[in-house]
Amino acid sequence: MTERLRQLLDIESLTAEQITFLLDQAKPFQEIQRHPLKKLATLRGKTVALAFFEPSTRTRISFATAAARLGADVMNFQAENSSLKKGESLLDTARTLDAMKPDCIVMRHSSSGAPYFVSRHLEIPVISAGDGTHEHPTQALLDALTIRDRRGTLQGLRVAIIGDILHSRVARSNLHLLGKLGSSITLCGPAMWLPRELECLGAPVRRTSRIEEALEGADVVIVLRVQQERMNEAALPLDEYVLLYQLTPERLRYAQPDALMLHPGPMIRGLEIDPAVADGPQSCVLEQVTNGLAVRMALLFLLIGAGSEMEETKGTPHVAD
Amino acid sequence: MPVIEKTQLMSATEIDRTVQRLAHEIVERSGGTANLALIGIRRRGVPLAQRIALAMRGIDGVQVPVGTLDITLYRDDLSKVAPQPVVHSSQIAFPVDDKDLILVDDVLYTGRTVRAGMNGLFDLGRPMRVRLCVLIDRGHRELPIEASFVGRRVETSGDQIIEVRLNEVDHQERVMLMELV
Repeated sequence: MTERLRQLLDIESLTAEQITFLLDQAKPFQEIQRHPLKKLATLRGKTVALAFFEPSTRTRISFATAAARLGADVMNFQAENSSLKKGESLLDTARTLDAMKPDCIVMRHSSSGAPYFVSRHLEIPVISAGDGTHEHPTQALLDALTIRDRRGTLQGLRVAIIGDILHSRVARSNLHLLGKLGSSITLCGPAMWLPRELECLGAPVRRTSRIEEALEGADVVIVLRVQQERMNEAALPLDEYVLLYQLTPERLRYAQPDALMLHPGPMIRGLEIDPAVADGPQSCVLEQVTNGLAVRMALLFLLIGAGSEMEETKGTPHVAD
Repeated sequence: MPVIEKTQLMSATEIDRTVQRLAHEIVERSGGTANLALIGIRRRGVPLAQRIALAMRGIDGVQVPVGTLDITLYRDDLSKVAPQPVVHSSQIAFPVDDKDLILVDDVLYTGRTVRAGMNGLFDLGRPMRVRLCVLIDRGHRELPIEASFVGRRVETSGDQIIEVRLNEVDHQERVMLMELV
């Protein structure tokens, strides 16, 4: 039996067994998305706090829907219209939410590491929904589930990740996950967005600034969103990025004929991706969204579905590692 | 908790004979196999449902569809389960709407598993009818649930355990009455 998961702060600290277990557990929840009646009562009476200190639409809706489909209630905290604006500290906000007795807290923050900080001070499980440029673990899990469904395995696959790798928490989580499960990875983008240190993350990682080279023989292509606000600092004109790195049908032909195209969303058509690829037969983007629900349902069930460790040991405070 | 075998309730031959009889009863009381489908509750209800379907084919020449139902997400005792419960896939490849369903399980006890199973079924659609078929009914119901088809009724006390062992799951074939020591 794999070691029981108590929270999800990153992919880096998970074992390949834990990742595989999570992906396996997502399978039955995929079926539920196809049921005429999608609402379960499994987590009835439980509460999931969503603490989004950074704006998010799809991840927040996905977590909220996952919780709702399991019968849990959702406590919604959004930074835009919150006490944060009035100067409350992260810890005070987290403690205030915790005092309303949720069973777990799903948290997004613009600072890398913020979920670790909060988890050290709370006893309930913390799930990271993305922290700064560090990790976005559930995105990597839903990507892996999508790829595994289509290919049967991640072992031996060649995956190209294209875009702003430097600022991408999606890329980092994917690097960890794909590496642990045996894929080899090629990172591609403008040189200033290709940090050298990512080569030392353990997975076989190659870097290139030529997109054709990255795509050559790839089984999976993950296109990252170009954050236009980052363009200034990169001193790279938008049209030049389009010219060099947009995934077009012509470029996609360098990859395997049946290569999968994934994108974490939101897609900016005409920028990092050609609409013909976005809507093409190789695109898995909508599957990714549906799988996101399944992964998050599996995760919530895993973390708060059964009797918790705390109840077993009669309330010994849980110390995050 | 250590348990010991008190008596063997069924041998392999008796299990087989019971399955055959249950198949006959189902066909007889359903007026054939038209519109019938079997749903095995994981785990041991699954091989039982498959065996009953096989026996029904011997009677009627028709392969009755068989589905698999995992009830983990519908249990009412999850908060009391300490170890991590593992969810399995339910495999029901046919629409349950307007079907004449037979829910199959190995042992009927409190009725809570069956309650969970019915909740799971109704998330998939609206069956025309649902009946229950069990190998052993050991009594001690906590819910108003009864089986339409029963292999054997066994008088038990609360501290006894019925262990059904089937080749497909346990690599042996018998039913035992166990007792706490």
